[in-house]
This record gives sequence, structure tokens and C-alpha cells, in this order.
Amino acid sequence: MDWITTVDHKKIAILYLWAGGLFFGIGGIEALLIRWQLIKPMNDFVDAQTFNELITMHGTTMIFLGVMPIIFALMNAVIPLQIGARDVAFPFLNALGFWTFLFGGLLLNLSWMMGGAPDAGWTSYTPLSGTAYSGTHGVDFYTIGLQIAGLGTLIGGINFLATIITMRAPGMSFMRMPMFAWTTFITSAIILFAFPAITVGLVLLTFDRILGANFFVPGGGGSPVLWQHIFWIFGHPEVYILILPAFGIISEVIPTFARKRLFGYSSMVFATILIAFLGFMVWAHHMFTTGLGPVANALFAVSTMLIAVPTGIKIFNWLFTLWGGSVRFATPNLFASGFIPTFTMGGVTGVMLASAPADFQFHDTYFVVAHFHYVIVGGLVMGLFAGLHYWWPKMFGRMLSETLGKWTFWTFITGFHLTFFVQHFLGLMGMQRRVFTYLPNQHFDTLNLVSTIGAGLMGIGTLVFLTNIIVTSKKPPDAGDDPWEDGRTLEWSIPSPPPEYNFKQTPLVRGLDAFWKEKTAGNKGMAPAEPIGSIHMPSATPLPFIMSVGIFIAGLGFMFSRDHFGSALVSFLFNNYIVTGLGLLITFGAMLMRSLYDDHGWHIEPGELEGR
Amino acid sequence: MTTTHAEPMNGGLPHEPEKATAEGRNKVLAFWLFLGGEAVLFGTLFATFLALRNQTNEGPAANDLFHLPLVAAATFLLLVSSLTSVFAIQAMHRNRPALLRNWLLVTVVLGLGFLGLEIYEFSQYVGLEKFGMTTSAFSSAFYTLVGFHGAHVAFGILWISLLIGQLAYKGLTTVTAPKIYVSAMYWHFIDVVWVFIFTVVYLLGKVG
Ligand code: HEM
Ligand SMILES: [Cu+2]
Repeated sequence: MDWITTVDHKKIAILYLWAGGLFFGIGGIEALLIRWQLIKPMNDFVDAQTFNELITMHGTTMIFLGVMPIIFALMNAVIPLQIGARDVAFPFLNALGFWTFLFGGLLLNLSWMMGGAPDAGWTSYTPLSGTAYSGTHGVDFYTIGLQIAGLGTLIGGINFLATIITMRAPGMSFMRMPMFAWTTFITSAIILFAFPAITVGLVLLTFDRILGANFFVPGGGGSPVLWQHIFWIFGHPEVYILILPAFGIISEVIPTFARKRLFGYSSMVFATILIAFLGFMVWAHHMFTTGLGPVANALFAVSTMLIAVPTGIKIFNWLFTLWGGSVRFATPNLFASGFIPTFTMGGVTGVMLASAPADFQFHDTYFVVAHFHYVIVGGLVMGLFAGLHYWWPKMFGRMLSETLGKWTFWTFITGFHLTFFVQHFLGLMGMQRRVFTYLPNQHFDTLNLVSTIGAGLMGIGTLVFLTNIIVTSKKPPDAGDDPWEDGRTLEWSIPSPPPEYNFKQTPLVRGLDAFWKEKTAGNKGMAPAEPIGSIHMPSATPLPFIMSVGIFIAGLGFMFSRDHFGSALVSFLFNNYIVTGLGLLITFGAMLMRSLYDDHGWHIEPGELEGR
Repeated sequence: MTTTHAEPMNGGLPHEPEKATAEGRNKVLAFWLFLGGEAVLFGTLFATFLALRNQTNEGPAANDLFHLPLVAAATFLLLVSSLTSVFAIQAMHRNRPALLRNWLLVTVVLGLGFLGLEIYEFSQYVGLEKFGMTTSAFSSAFYTLVGFHGAHVAFGILWISLLIGQLAYKGLTTVTAPKIYVSAMYWHFIDVVWVFIFTVVYLLGKVG
């Protein structure tokens, strides 16, 4: 019950972590099934339809329901602490964002049990995703499930923007803000400007499928290429929504374990902003082969390659930070250091793909699959592992086992390169993406076997990580305030896990790496910016949960509004939008309650603070 | 428009009550951000409409359908309602709750008038011209863009009406003021969107 009604950002972080972890597991199992199917030529482990469903759900789940929520988990756990705030700007909305994400994700995954999963690829290209080629409700689960989950992301983005703009501790100017807070800020801005585009895209596709509209149906005057534009105007910035937080994590972990300040802090900030800006200009590099013409292709190729410049700046700054530092390779730093070369390789193949003429050759082959997994798994997932190992003691008050952590790292990174390095060559030799099997004796056999073995190894690495979590949770709490001993930012100046109100007294920030600065000046902790006083806290509430349940019901109702059911009553309820209406009524009712009863919250008094 | 806590108090209420509390200021900021997202949302819908506006699939085209006097009347109602919502906020800043309520009521009535005309317009197209959601890519884009805006208007009417109710029973306070202020921002936003719709959909449809 406590978990359903909580509005505490630290608990919401944990909710995001468990839910994201669950979906990550599902996506991982799907990946292993795909790889099992591809282990040998002409395999019949799954049929073509199931294979399509597996790749679609794997990609969709991983991106929207696996890694994004884990990013949000870390942001929720860390950002208020790093900027010296007691909470986020809108605790209620924070909870709402989580629950809409979860119910959207559940809806999407219900498709496995309700007559077929989406099968048009995670990009849902039309006309493949239209009713003509995709006759089950699969794609409806995709459009409506993602719509609901996307709502949660948008809410989260606005919340973090407002939090970072208004809730920084006294003295923390923007140019004294930790890099992870910076990348969260920029990521949230990208979310704000990219997600509404996919919102519209999903609405249009839903209307095509359920209301018989003609947006993407050539026979009615519609344009399939329009879908690609809308999808990628969102989709390319989405890639930066994923990778920028990883950049932020790496920029926190490396200075801590090199015991040196981040090299080129301000160039890191500007590189981040530049990447975000350029990220919106390059969407058509996914569409070179749709026939945009040489001029458009050239422009998009050049603007894509430009992004390599700020990204290169970042890579060199990390290397210069490590250079000459007294580097300690604890697990977080292993992942962070492993990130650098792996991500760089993904970047190099990215520049190769950005060359339009070359892309005509690479397009829709395993070369592309290798490229984006180097970026997303070798970059983002490694970054997430670094961040999870790094902040775990802060979140849960317990140090993860270093031995198991190192096992996780070595199995995962070995498995990763085994899986995806060979796919570059498979692609160059012409193995097509999204095809459920291949003929023997095309030189594909051995490399596919290697790839599948690698995937298994990655799975083992993940299991080691799970074991680590379980073993750790059985230990008594052992983490001090600053368990890595070289913490630089504000979160390390308070207990692990932090008390409900984070900071007894709001800290006064006197420079970049605020906590490190105090430590090197010989001070015991942060100087307070205010006297001890009564602390205002928001009250717990079930309304965000109820609102999300309502949206979930409304979504299901709308999806089945054209179906005929065995029972006349059920058909009546769905066909007349009564179920949809009921769901909306629940949501709006909860909104009304929220607006009528002002939540004055409660206070923690100084006496209670001292009692600890 | 600088705001500090030290501004003259007005019968117990600060001069700009919507920005008197940290929560209020956060709300206004977040709403600006939200409107940024809304701008992208409508931008995408406009782009879609522009891409598909000539794809009539042998159904009615813009030129056959649109009746400018009707649309002009609707535009007039909505523009005036934006003005009356400005008056409402001015009344709020002068701490005149009754006047505030009345201007909000006028705004709602004008909004309802706009919505009525739009419903009439749509029903004409569907009934007389056989122009429905499924007719063509143009029709789909038209109903989606204009309908999305209409749904925003309907939501705004509902929202402001509920706020009028809250005003009656909670009075004008530093809790209700930010809500009213934000709803007025929203109302201006949908008004601006309509100006674009009037130009891009209707005027452009008539001339080109
Ligand atoms: C952890 C081990 C993983 C393995 C073994 C794996 C394997 C695969 C395979 C075999 C495909 C099918 C390629 C095709 O036929 O087109 C695929 C597609 C894909 N994967 Fe992964 N993957 C893994 C992790 C991830 C992660 C963490 C993400 C994202 C965060 C991800 C995102 C995608 C996407 C977006 C696609 C494209 C799906 C589509 O074509 O619609 N994968 N993956
Ligand atoms: Cu891209």
C-alpha cells in the first residue's frame, strides 16, 4: 500500500528500477529467443510470425519499457540529492508519471496473451503496420500502450525541468551543477520537444487502424513516408534521450574514481547542448533509401557527421580525466572505462552509416543491428550498470559485492562483443535484418553461432548481477554517507539511504563538486544555508495510481471498440464506447478529487530531526 | 513583470497572487514548459495537414467545403474570449473576485458559442457533403487537426467552469490564483493555435 501511494522521489526511483528491471528481463528473454532461432540456418524453433512479434516486442520493450525507466530510476534517485533539494518540484506528478508508464507497459505486454503481439518492427513502418498487413490487435497494443507510457515520460520530463530550474540549493549556479544533473536537464528538454511528435504519430496510426482514417494509406491519398518523418523526428532525438544520461553517469563516475575533477567541465556542458540541438536536425538519415533525393541526403549526411565533433570532445575529456589520475577500478569505474571504447566503436559505425551512398549498402542488414547495439548496449546499458553499481549504496544503504560486480562486468562485456562484433561482418556479407531465417553455406553459419553464444554469456552476466542484488539485500546495511570515500557531489554528504527529507538543512554550495570542495578545505560537511526548521512534506495519495488505472481501462475500451464479442452485453459495452467512457470517468474523477481537496501536506518538526 | 514578496498587499492578497508561493511559481513555469510541448504537438499536426491537404481522393476539396462567414464568426467569438480572459486576470490582480468570476463566465459562454459553431460546421460537412473521417487523407487530416483544437477548447471550457465553482467555495487565495492564471495561459494558447488554423486551413484552403 505504501508503495502505491508514495510520492517520495527516492521510493519512486525504486519503483522505476523494479518495473524497468522486469521489462528489461522480458526484453532480454525475447532477445535470447531471437538469437536461439538464428543459431543455425533454416531453424524452425519459431515461425515467421512469432519471429516478427519477438523482434518488435524486443525492440519496443527494451527502449521504452526497459532502459528509459531505469534511466528515470537513477534520475529520481539522484537528481534532487545532487542539486541539494528536498524533493522534486511536483511529487504528485512524479508518481503519476511512474504509474502511467507502468500501466502503458502492462497494456503493451498483454498483447502476448490477447491474440497476438505487435509485429511491424519497433518502428511500426506503414503500410506494414496498417490493418492490411497487420490484422491482429497487435499494433493497437503498440499505439495505445506506448501512448499511455509516453504520457508518463512527458510528465517526468517536465517535472525534472522544473525541478532543476527552480529547486537548486543556494549557490548552485548552472555552471556549478554536476554533469548528471546537466544531462538530465538537457534530456528532459529533448523529451519535451520530441515526445509530442510521436504522440501525434501514434494518434494518427490509431485513427488509421481503428477509425478508418487515411493518413498513411496510399489508396486514400495518404503517405507512408509521412509516418517515417514523424517517427524519426521523434526517433532520432530519442537516441539522445537514451545516451545523454549515460554520458552524465560516466562524467560522475570517472572523476570520482580518478580522484580528479572532470576535465573540461564547461566544454562538456556545451557539447551536451550542441548534441541535443543537432539531434533534432538529422532525422532523415534513417530515410536515405526512401528516395528523398541526393540534395536532402547530402544535407542530412553532413549534419549527422557534425555530431561526431561534440561527441569526440566528450570522449577526449573523459580520457584526459583518467590521464594522470590515481585511478581505482572499482566496479562502477570498470563499466565506465569499458564504456569509452565500446561507445566509440558504435560512434565510428554511426559515421559510416551517415554516409548516404554507403548506407544504401548497409541499410537493413546486420551491420545496422551491430551499430545500434554498440551504442545502446555498449554505451547506454554499460552506463546504466556503472550508475547502478555507483549509486546502489546511496539508494539502498548497502554496498554491492565487488567480486560479483567484477564477474558481471567481465562476462557481460565479453558476451557483448562476441554477440555484436561479428554482426558487423554478417551485415557486410549481406545478412538481412528482421528475417526469421537464412540459407546454409552463405558464410553466415559460424558467425551466427558465435553471436548466439555471446548472447548467452550476456544473459549469464545479467544473472550474476541479479545474484549480487539478492546477496546484498540479505546483508545488514553497511554503507556510510560517502562509501566510495571520494564522492564529489552533494548526494554523498548525507546518510545512505537518505532520510525522507534528504537534507536536514539545505546546503550552501560554494563551488563545482561542492562536497569535494568542502572536504579538501578540511570541513566535515556542507555548510548549511538555513537554520534547522520545520520541513514541509507532501502527503501520500492513491490518486496517481487510480488515474492510471482509468487510462488503462479507457485504452483497452477504445482498442476493442470495433470488435464483436461472444456476449451481446460485452459487445454493447465496447461498441458504444461505454468502457472507454468509464475509464475516462475514473481518471477525470480522480483529477477532480485532486483539484478540490487541497493537499497541504505535513511537517517534520525540528524536534523529530534531532531525535535521530 | 518583476515579482517579489514585498509588493503591496491588496486586502490580504498579494498583488500577483499566482506567483506568491513557490508552488504557484513552479506551476506557472511548468505550464510554460507544457505549452512548449503542446506547440510541438500542434506543429506536427499542422505539418501533417500541409502534407495531405491536396490529397482529396476524389472527395470534396477545401474550396468546395469551407464557408468563410461561419468560420469568421467562430474566430470572432474565440478572439473576444481571449480578451475577456485578460480582463479576468486583471480583475484577479485587483482582488475583485466577483468581477473575476463574471469575466470567466463570459469567457466560458463565448467558448461554448465557438464550440457550437464548430459542431454545426462538422455536422454540415458530414451530412451534406458526405465528408467524413474516412473520405480522404485530406479529410482525416482536417478533422484531426481542427478536432484536436476543438477538444482543447472543450477541455478548457470544462476546466474554467470547474475553477469558477472552486472560486465560489474557496474564494480567491494563493492556492486558487495560480490555477486561474494557468488556465488563462492555456486559453490564450488555444486562441493562438486557432489563428494558425484559420490561416493555414481555411484561408489557404479558399485561395490555394
Ligand atoms: C542484451 C542482449 C541483446 C541481444 C542479444 C539482442 C539481440 C537482438 C536481435 C537478434 C535483434 C534482431 C535484429 C533483427 O532481426 O532486426 C535485435 C533487435 C533490436 N534490439 Fe536488441 N538485443 C539485446 C539488447 C538490446 C537492448 C538493451 C536494446 C535497447 C535498449 C535493444 C534494442 C533493439 C532494437 C531497437 C532492435 C530492433 C528491433 C526491430 O528491428 O524492430 N536490444 N536485438
Ligand atoms: Cu538517427
